[in-house]
Amino acid sequence: MTRQLRALEIDPRLVGMLGALAAIWIGFDLLSGGAFLTPRNLWNLSVQTASIAVMACGMVLIIVTRNIDLSVGAVLGFVGMLVGVLQARLLPELLGLEHPATWLIAVAAAIVAGGAIGLFQGALIAYLGIPSFIVTLGGLLVWRGAAWWVTQGQTVAPMDGAFRKLGGGIEGAIGAPLSWAIAAVGCAAILAALWFARQRKLRFGFAVRPAWAEATVALLSCGAVVGAVAVANAYYLPPRVAERLAQAQGLAIPEGGLFIGHGLAVPVLVAIGVGLAMTVLAMRTRFGRYVFAIGGNPEAAELSGVNTRRTLMKVFGLMGVLCGIAACISTARLNAATNAAGTLDELYVIAAAVIGGTSLAGGLGTIAGAMLGALVMQSLQSGMVLLGVDAPMQNIVVGLVLVFAVWVDTVYRRGIR
Amino acid sequence: MSVPLVEMRDISIAFGGIKAVDGVSVDLHAGEVVALLGHNGAGKSTLIKILSGAYPADAGEIRVRGAAARIASPRDAKTYGIETIYQTLALADNVDAAANVFLGREIVTRWGTLDDAAMESQTRQVMARLNPHFRRFKEPVRALSGGQRQSVAIARAIYFDAKILIMDEPTAALGPAETKQVGELVLELKRQGIGIFLISHDIHDVFDLADRVSVMKNGRLVGTARVEDVTKDEVLGMIILGKCPPGAVPGPGASADA
Repeated sequence: MTRQLRALEIDPRLVGMLGALAAIWIGFDLLSGGAFLTPRNLWNLSVQTASIAVMACGMVLIIVTRNIDLSVGAVLGFVGMLVGVLQARLLPELLGLEHPATWLIAVAAAIVAGGAIGLFQGALIAYLGIPSFIVTLGGLLVWRGAAWWVTQGQTVAPMDGAFRKLGGGIEGAIGAPLSWAIAAVGCAAILAALWFARQRKLRFGFAVRPAWAEATVALLSCGAVVGAVAVANAYYLPPRVAERLAQAQGLAIPEGGLFIGHGLAVPVLVAIGVGLAMTVLAMRTRFGRYVFAIGGNPEAAELSGVNTRRTLMKVFGLMGVLCGIAACISTARLNAATNAAGTLDELYVIAAAVIGGTSLAGGLGTIAGAMLGALVMQSLQSGMVLLGVDAPMQNIVVGLVLVFAVWVDTVYRRGIR
Repeated sequence: MSVPLVEMRDISIAFGGIKAVDGVSVDLHAGEVVALLGHNGAGKSTLIKILSGAYPADAGEIRVRGAAARIASPRDAKTYGIETIYQTLALADNVDAAANVFLGREIVTRWGTLDDAAMESQTRQVMARLNPHFRRFKEPVRALSGGQRQSVAIARAIYFDAKILIMDEPTAALGPAETKQVGELVLELKRQGIGIFLISHDIHDVFDLADRVSVMKNGRLVGTARVEDVTKDEVLGMIILGKCPPGAVPGPGASADA
């Protein structure tokens, strides 16, 4: 069994996390009498996870460099207010209401603003040598306060129609046919990636996975993609909405009702896109290599000629960009910008990264793990909501799970040493 | 005599008012091994970190092959062919051997992404020369033994055509067999025309390998001698008392009553 697992070259920690996630899902499903593992609940779960998952990708790199960012929730709040005011008050006056470019300008502004805040905090940390804990603790207070100042605490609504798609919901789902197309592209990409990796290894005469293991990995990966899309497509639009759609397109409503699948939600696609891009950045680029080298031994990285300060500043800049994207997702989902948006998100993001196997000692962590960690956290939370557990108890459970998960990880790591 | 491969003239550096290195001059020729000796805290490592670009000198001049060299960072030093094996080895423990060998100088594919297969292949070739028994290419270097880690650090220094090699206490953490291996490597590199600075606080480690010794004490140069011209005891006297024997060229740090 162990030998087979090794032949698959799958990270055992990832398998453990998937096992934990499966246990949580099945447990909640049994406790709730089958209400958890429904397409509807899983679809909502995926949408709720998106914002935290996006930010967790950046937090992994920050923690890998032996730093921390406590300001992400506040940055999300501030940038959310900026894009809210931009598209609800400024752009309608300049371009007119519901102008097709509004959402693009808003997203671009969020990315630029978030990135600028991140680079600024990163510069203070990297070049002035102020500990990241302090800079971002200050940032937490500053940006949360700034979020209030944008409108003196007023909530801004509603958002632009096209922008709202970023938050999911009925209009923020891409529909079944497009989802299947994405699944096909995804599977093709997985197969191509496996094939090229194998060819590359063979060219250098390195050992490759046996054929059966390669086939298993391909089958599992493609199966996961197809399965996720099938679930999203099995969550049907409400009958009333489906009817309206059919009428608009002049279609007859068949006997027994009309079933139109939601398909994948836009924020989930954004999160997956961010996760893929961040994985490539972390594993396949010099920047990513330097981030991990700095985490392993900052002095060694410096002596090897790595510009550690600039790298560190960029890591925080990247975190800011991801906060900007997450701000768009959560503002769009709420269809309003409030100065309290993202409150306590920093703790959920850090918890997601840590549950996902990122070591606070630095040098260790994966993007996929952090995204799974975000999903575990959100599963716990939404499962307890489903069971009617009240809010204080939810926090208690999440807190205990966080500590427990890190303890298990510590024991596991001691075991492999 | 030929133009020295590297020449450090009147180098000084102070940390918070304490002169760690004070007007030290040393030189090194191609295919020569110069041992830099002195007690812990004598300023050897600091002097050598100036040459490897880790510290900027407050005063003095570095010349490489007779031309003035500007070394402000480890990257600058490497462009002059100066490679360093630090006492601490300076390895990133959490990544594998190839990642360490190529750290800061990665091989990339035409899309600008890391070419890990190519880097591993190159690392296998250089390691086959250094340590044929080395097999653990996939593991983070944290999992390796002291000797294996040393091999990785050496591989990193010699892979990129080093002309000048600095070895800071290369055998401090090694057993007898591995120490002997490092000794053989030093002689092999010397045959290839590489100039080597060997830094040690223990004269026995380096006396048989070195062509010349330079001794430092309290940040100043006591003197430099060819190993044929001095005995081990005399060198020991230079290290401990700062006494410069007749066979050596005295430096500014030689004690006056010698």
